[in-house]
Amino acid sequence: MSPLPPGLAPRLVSFCEELRGEGVAIGTSEILDAFEALDTVPWTREEDFREALAATVAKSQEDRRVFELLFDRYFFRAAEFEALERGIGEDRRYDGGEGLDLNELREAVRQAIADGRDGEMRDLARLAIAAFGRQGEGSGVIGVDVQRIRRTLGLQSQGRGEKGDVALDREQINQFERHLRRELERDLIERTEKLPPSRPLAELDRALPTSPAQDLAAVHRSVTQLKRRLATLGHEQRGRRRGAAVDMRRTMRASLDTGGVPLRLKYRPKHPRRPEIYVLCDVSTSVTSASVFFLSVLHALHDSFRKLRSFVFIERISEVTDVFERERDFRSISERISREGGVADVSGYTDYGRVWLEFLEEIVDDLGPRSTVIVLGDARTNGREPQAEVFAQIAERAGRTFWLNPEPRLYWNYGDSVMAAYERHCTAAFECWTTRHLENFVNVVAGGTPLVPQS
Amino acid sequence: MADTAEPGSVADVMQSLGEVGYLADEPAALVAYLAQRLGKPVLVEGPAGVGKTELAKAMSRATGRDLIRLQCYEGLDEAKALYEWNYRKQLLRIQAEAAEGGQPDWDPAAPGRGAEDAAGEVMSDIFSEEFLLTRPLLQAIASTEPVVLLIDEIDKTDQEFEAMLLEVLSDFQISIPELGVIEARTHPIVVLTSNNSRELTEALKRRCLYLWLDYPEVEREMEIVRLHTPEIDEQLARRLVEVIHMVRQLDLKKPPSIAESIDWARALLLLGADDIDGALFARTMSIIVKHRTDMDLVAERVGMKLGGVKGLGAEAAG
Repeated sequence: MSPLPPGLAPRLVSFCEELRGEGVAIGTSEILDAFEALDTVPWTREEDFREALAATVAKSQEDRRVFELLFDRYFFRAAEFEALERGIGEDRRYDGGEGLDLNELREAVRQAIADGRDGEMRDLARLAIAAFGRQGEGSGVIGVDVQRIRRTLGLQSQGRGEKGDVALDREQINQFERHLRRELERDLIERTEKLPPSRPLAELDRALPTSPAQDLAAVHRSVTQLKRRLATLGHEQRGRRRGAAVDMRRTMRASLDTGGVPLRLKYRPKHPRRPEIYVLCDVSTSVTSASVFFLSVLHALHDSFRKLRSFVFIERISEVTDVFERERDFRSISERISREGGVADVSGYTDYGRVWLEFLEEIVDDLGPRSTVIVLGDARTNGREPQAEVFAQIAERAGRTFWLNPEPRLYWNYGDSVMAAYERHCTAAFECWTTRHLENFVNVVAGGTPLVPQS
Repeated sequence: MADTAEPGSVADVMQSLGEVGYLADEPAALVAYLAQRLGKPVLVEGPAGVGKTELAKAMSRATGRDLIRLQCYEGLDEAKALYEWNYRKQLLRIQAEAAEGGQPDWDPAAPGRGAEDAAGEVMSDIFSEEFLLTRPLLQAIASTEPVVLLIDEIDKTDQEFEAMLLEVLSDFQISIPELGVIEARTHPIVVLTSNNSRELTEALKRRCLYLWLDYPEVEREMEIVRLHTPEIDEQLARRLVEVIHMVRQLDLKKPPSIAESIDWARALLLLGADDIDGALFARTMSIIVKHRTDMDLVAERVGMKLGGVKGLGAEAAG
């Protein structure tokens, strides 16, 4: 295979630097792997080059996503920089745009997008810029120009196209937009003769595209993890056999295999501790936006744990364990809970104090050092008595108490939130309104390091 | 490691995989190629049923290597994955020795002329390869023929097991305290698959090439279906794959896998269908959807669409 061209090696290393800057963990050994891999594929083919590099440095789907974004940007900038250095430019490339027929161009663009022909899309993007932006007359802000051109071309996804045009795939339109953006950027760089500063990736871009359905799946995944972690917690000594009792009967029986010599000792199995979980979930109006998320967490918990009792509350508390056990479908569960949850919903305002009293009364005998209490709520009492000492009693009886608050930590104890009064008694309290937070919670519970730095 | 013909290019790999019935896309072929050229393990992730395991099998067929498979599960330990001493055989050996000597003097503590020497001899004897039960990992390392080692569903194991794998994956060797280090005689191709049910450790990932397999595009899946059911009509195959893709769009507990598309294609072939309408779909849906709640959802969304559009054609086709 052809050796890598000179000058590429430092580029690759600095590309990896940039990936590291975006949080992709790349070890030196991986960079070495990348070089080795690139030695064996023809680096002149972009597809191969990109895939080989990705296979060696991007080791998860999220990393891959960041990789794709950065790859395009980095090598585009590198090429432009080189062009600037050497003074190469296409001075007259937007000439002739005036003579274009708009309708023809629109048709051609739609056709190219529908067929997904990449090269053609790029050429058409240039033409479109020539026809609409007319060099030098753009707004100067790339995002604005892209939208302007897109509107003029009438590019809309799915059925909203004019006069019965073929519906275009959203992804394909985005592809065309990326070309537009790129060409505009190139144009800008050539005009100003300098590279714009590179910005870190926006959080929105780097997140994998998700739908509510995927979120639900992600919640389920985190909870499955939580289950594993909770189940193995306190089992560290399992491997050490410390304090394990020899099971004489089974040892003798096993020794029959080896001619009566008890070669293998059999131990009495240690019965794993069954976690008992109590979940209290606020469903009042102040947490409406989070309650779908909370209910999905609850739903997932029920999928994973046998010994789980769940309660929803607003002013008073209501046990919904059997609703979750009978219904499998998430949608019908949320409907049933809102319909017949039995939460005495007189004012719609949460009364935490009363909730604690009722909860304590209902399960006082069951709470023990093995129980874990998880509260999902915003700790906004609407000015009512918080009864923190009752909560303290609950927390004391239970082995562990966690609080997941759907508000950012910044808002805690602001207004009618009395988070501080409760947080004192919890094993830990977390902000939690995305699956990422949930994962973080799981991680911390398992004794790992937090993913999101807690402020 | 230079014992098997190395592939010359990515296209070669794609072709040879294609010849054994696996239609790889560009990234998959490239990673398979790199795995053979660089001798590095490959970590394949992706949803269930996209052909992760099949890729390893196809690689073994394409390269003519034997496939050694280690199916992972929770609680898998070294004794099941690496090696185990054959207690019974060892014990027999000791007893045989004792019978020959006339005295049960294999115990080094026992007094007697030469007992210590004899004991030492037996000791080193019973910890030789003869008394070793090889398990998949050791088998793959010790094999004289080059092999493909498939470590399936690595995410099902505990993290400790991963740590144990590191030695095997980076140095292709296994240390046995009583025997020393066993090094690979040939370089195995190692494929690890994961359904992403838990994060794998960085250390493991660092040693592997990474490949994310996703459900194939309509065109590719059609090729796959037609490769496995050559008798199927092209029109029907396209329709079938389109319906499958529609089903995968929904939020299901278990979206249909590629294998299930193939099964469905075969079923339709048996039924002699030449189009998929609402009624036929309702009857054969259970081949691709395996959960009761999923079935309700699919029947509602996809069945409706099929029934609505093709409602009139249903009688004609049936």
